[in-house]
Order: sequence, then structure tokens, then C-alpha cells
Amino acid sequence: MKFFAPFKLAGRALRRNKMRSLLTMLGVIIGVGSVIASVSITTGATKQVEDKVASLGQNIVTVFSGNFSSGGMRGGWGSAPTLTVEDSRAIKNEVANVVAVSPEVRDRAQILANGLNWNTQILGESPDYPQIRDWDIASGGMFTEGDVRGLSKVAIIGKTVVDQLFINDDPIGQTLIVRNIPFKVVGVLESKGFNLFGQDQDDVVVIPYTSHMRRITSRNFVNSIMVQAASKDTINQVQADINTLLLDRHKSAEPDFTVRSQLELMQMATSTSRIMSVLLGAIASVSLIVGGIGIMNIMLVSVTERTREIGIRMAVGARGRDILIQFLIEAVTLSAFGGILGIALGMGAAKITSHFTGWPTLTPFAWIGIACISSAAIGIVSGFYPAWKASRLDPIEALRYE
Amino acid sequence: MPTNAVIKLADIHKIYRTGEVDVHAVRGVSLDIQPGEFVAIMGSSGSGKSTLMNMIGCLDRPTNGNYFLDGLDVSTLDRDARAKIRNDKIGFVFQGFNLLSRTTALENVEMPMLYNHQRVPAHEQKERAQKSLELVGLAQRADHKPNQLSGGQQQRVAIARALVNQPSLLLADEPTGNLDSQTSIEIMGVFQKLNDAGITIIMVTHELDVARYTKRMIILRDGKIVTDENVADRLNAEHELKNLKLAQEAVKLA
Repeated sequence: MKFFAPFKLAGRALRRNKMRSLLTMLGVIIGVGSVIASVSITTGATKQVEDKVASLGQNIVTVFSGNFSSGGMRGGWGSAPTLTVEDSRAIKNEVANVVAVSPEVRDRAQILANGLNWNTQILGESPDYPQIRDWDIASGGMFTEGDVRGLSKVAIIGKTVVDQLFINDDPIGQTLIVRNIPFKVVGVLESKGFNLFGQDQDDVVVIPYTSHMRRITSRNFVNSIMVQAASKDTINQVQADINTLLLDRHKSAEPDFTVRSQLELMQMATSTSRIMSVLLGAIASVSLIVGGIGIMNIMLVSVTERTREIGIRMAVGARGRDILIQFLIEAVTLSAFGGILGIALGMGAAKITSHFTGWPTLTPFAWIGIACISSAAIGIVSGFYPAWKASRLDPIEALRYE
Repeated sequence: MPTNAVIKLADIHKIYRTGEVDVHAVRGVSLDIQPGEFVAIMGSSGSGKSTLMNMIGCLDRPTNGNYFLDGLDVSTLDRDARAKIRNDKIGFVFQGFNLLSRTTALENVEMPMLYNHQRVPAHEQKERAQKSLELVGLAQRADHKPNQLSGGQQQRVAIARALVNQPSLLLADEPTGNLDSQTSIEIMGVFQKLNDAGITIIMVTHELDVARYTKRMIILRDGKIVTDENVADRLNAEHELKNLKLAQEAVKLA
């Protein structure tokens, strides 16, 4: 039999029973559609979380000070005074593959400028901070190592602070008052948007950590230390080395600090959506299998119905193989068409979901390929038994069939 | 022992082994059919004529004995090889027409060429099918579907389908069984014309009237040939059709 002939035959046979073909396909359409839709939604969600985690900076290891507890009340990470500026210096000097370090001191304060006021987060950082956070300066510049040493009263501010306090003028060079101390604005950060936890990252004032510790909060310890590793591959090594170094420096058996890497955060943050995708994928696969069973069912009916046709074809010279191929191609045509329509349906459903819920969706190309291949495979698997049965018919019996 | 006979059966037996009792359907049939013959195989039901027909048509294999078709021993061939022989050398016409429904006459006639070993280009398939339909006088009905055709026309389509691969042999199994007498004569006329053109035809029938249009009559009983003789008073379909029409008009006039 020629190459295209079976496809023509299959098309004709399927068109003969349009409604039945469509309903049979519907099983695969819904199966593939739900796979594609669920993959699109979970991939979109995962991507969003990954982007948020990536917005924290690049290859970051963060050291938090230990938890403070007093009379049964436990303060949570960062509440106990265990980390010092010396620790951060030691990390920078003694740990391999560390490219940038910033001790971080956090506080909230009411700030004044232009006769307006605003409550915001005041961060004390080193000049490495924008590099660590992968955060560009929109205008002006970052304060320097000299500013840190000199406890300079300089600040860079986030977009939200600009919007609140400097509505019409250029904030560079202007004065900002934090706890009665005037700071000069030297730079404005690019807008970074909301972080993983829904906080506005642009609602911030960054000043040298020394100025923060001496002039604003009068503290001797830092809340945390942000460390940037040289590359993704060295994150784990940097994390382990910091752990060893600080245990040694603090001379304590129990660690009074925690070291977290961005990789761990990434894994934690995406674990929910990974579980969701496995779950949705499993449900969708089940519906795909149900679709396959539907095809097998209809093909069996079709073989019985067309016993006489099979007999005629065999009488005029069709071999078992020709009959097998004919029915197999019919099954594959059903499932492949169903698959293609299912992909369209799934992507459409994802788009609609995205439109009404605002969730980002993303259909990975690999999954379109997987859907195509698996729907064709379902056709072959579910069509094989009926086709084989048809090919084994005895032509004499088949011709006599009423 | 190849001869120029189209069909040579040498002591053919067929035994069905179903259950406890063996059914000996054909018990030693030997038969030569030369090119250009028009043979009727007759017999009551259970005489083994259908079984013999299935074996001649390569749908079934004899239990014992040899069958030479065009000088080739086909009695030992497997399923696929027999399918190829059916495709190349045998054209089937059935009692129930056995056309594919919802498929045009032309496509029905083209169907055997789908399974040819040598690829036939689509346009040539169409040409050959059209020519075959012309041969049975149905060229104008090529795009009609079986349910739009009368019984006689459907049987003509089936004959055209049987002829499309230019077989050595046309096998007809009760071809007039589902037709009225006038249409039966018309179909026999088609067979006679084809036979005159040199096509070998073997026809199974239980109607003596129909058998009288053939040239040779073979009668089976209990799986054996009891009569094998030439048809003495052969009927001419064209002539009979004229007579029938005259008779019909006479009735109407009366």
C-alpha cells in the first residue's frame, strides 16, 4: 500500500462519522488541554517566584544573627546581637570566592524632606550593596568606602521615597532628615518592585552602615551580613566556609547564627509550585489515559461494525498488515488531531485564566512537543489492539458477517 | 505439471475439524478450466460448492490435493501470499454486492488498486476505474454512491471492481441471488459480453435458469462432482431480454 493512501482512507472513515469522531477526540482534547493548561499555569507561577528570588540579588549567601529569647519569648532570626562588623570583615578577607560583602543594619524611621514626611525603612549597608542586590543606580551614585569610614551623612533612596517626598524636583543634592540628622541624597535606585513577600522594595533609604550604627541606632551589632559568591557553583562552598569561620570566631558549640543561600531560598519558594505541578500533571495524565481508553473503545466498535468492509478489502488483496495500518492510522489521526486541538485549548484556557486572575502563564515549548508525541503514542497504544484484531479476521468469516 | 489451464484442481479435499466430528466438505475434486471458459458450479446447499469456491478464490486452502492457478501451485501459500494472488489474478463478485457504503462507485472500483504491489499513480487509478465502469455500462454513474444505485447497477459496480486489476479469473458467487429476473438477465448479459471478450468466468449458482447462460455446468453433490458437461441449450441474454420485454408489453396490452 502506498504511503499516503492509508491517511486518505483514515480521513474518509473518520469524516463518515463526524460526530462520533469528534466525541472520541474530545477525550484527548480535554486530556491534552488540561495537561497544557496546568503546565502553563504552574510554569508561570514558578517563573514568577524564581524572578522574585532572583530580584534579591545574584548568588547571595545571607548570614542572620541568632534568635533572642527571654522569659519564654523568642525573638526570631536577627534579633540577638551576635553578628559584628568584624565578622563581615573576616568573611570578606578569609572566605574564598567571596566577591562582595555588606553588613546590614535595619530600622524604621520617620523621615522629613521638602516639608513632607514619610515612614520608611532605613538600611545601613556597605558600598557593595547595589552590586550584591543587582540593583542599578538610576541617577547620582553610590556612597563610597570613604563615606563608610567617615560616617558620612549621605543617602541613596528608592523610587517610592522619591515619589513621596520629592514630587517635582530632582532629589540629588537635597537634604533628608532622619531622626533630626540631615543626610544628603547622592543617588536614586532603579525601581525594583515588590519582593517575594509582597513588600515594596523601593520604599527604602540606604546609608553607610557605620553612619547607621553610630548616628541613628547606636548599636554594636548588625542584623545580618549579605555575601555575594563568585558564581552559582561556589554558593555552597561559600555557605559552608562562612559557617565554619563564624563558629570558630564565636567560640560556641551551638551556632548563634544562620547561613542561608539563595539556592535554598529558591528551592523553598518554588517547592509549593513544584508540588502543584506534579499534582496537576498527575490529574491531567489520568484524563489523557481516559481519552486513550475512549479511542480504544470506539476503535473496537468500529472494527466490529466494519467487519464486512474488512472482508471485502481482504478479498480484493489487502494483507493483514494493510488492515492493521489502516486502523492504526485512524486511531493515531484521532488522537493526534485531538492533541493539536487540546494544545490550542490548553493554551487558550491558560490565557483566559491569566486574564481573569492576573497570574502569569507560560507554555514551555518542550511541553507542546511532549503533548504532541504523547497524544500520538496514545493513538498507537489504544489503536493497536483493535487494529490487530481487525488484521487477524478470516476473510471468509468477515464476508459472511451481517 | 503446469498446463495452459487457468485452473487445475488435482484431487482437492477440504476437511473442517470442528468439535468431535470432522466435516468432509470437499472429497476429491479434480478439474481443469481453460482460458475463456464460462463455468457454472451448481449444487444444493451443503454440496460443498461454497467451500470449493473459497478455495478457487484463494480465500481458503485445501486440506489435501493441489491447486494450480495460472500454472502456479497456490495450495500451500500463506495468508499474505494468497492476498497477493487474489489481488493480481482473481476478481470477486458477491451475492450481496459488497460495495463500501458512502463511497462513490468510482472509489469502490479503485479500491483493489490500493493494495497492488506495483504503485499505480492516482490519475492512472482513476482512468482504469473509469474504463472498468465503461465496460459494464455505468460510466455516467461514477460519482454515485451505492445507496443511489439500483441492485443491478450495484452489481455492475462490483463487476467493474472485480475487473479493474485485469484478473485471470472472474469468480461470481450467486451474483443474481439478490436480483429480480429481468436484472438477473441483464447481469448475465454483462458476463456473456465479458466472456466473449476472452475473460474466464466461474460462477456459483443454484438456479438452473441462470446456469443456462454459461457454457459449462458442473454439479456437485456431497463434495464430489456428479455432472460436468457443456450447456446444450445455451441462452443468449440479449435475446431473452427482448423476449421478456415483449411478454411484459403483451401483459400491459391485455
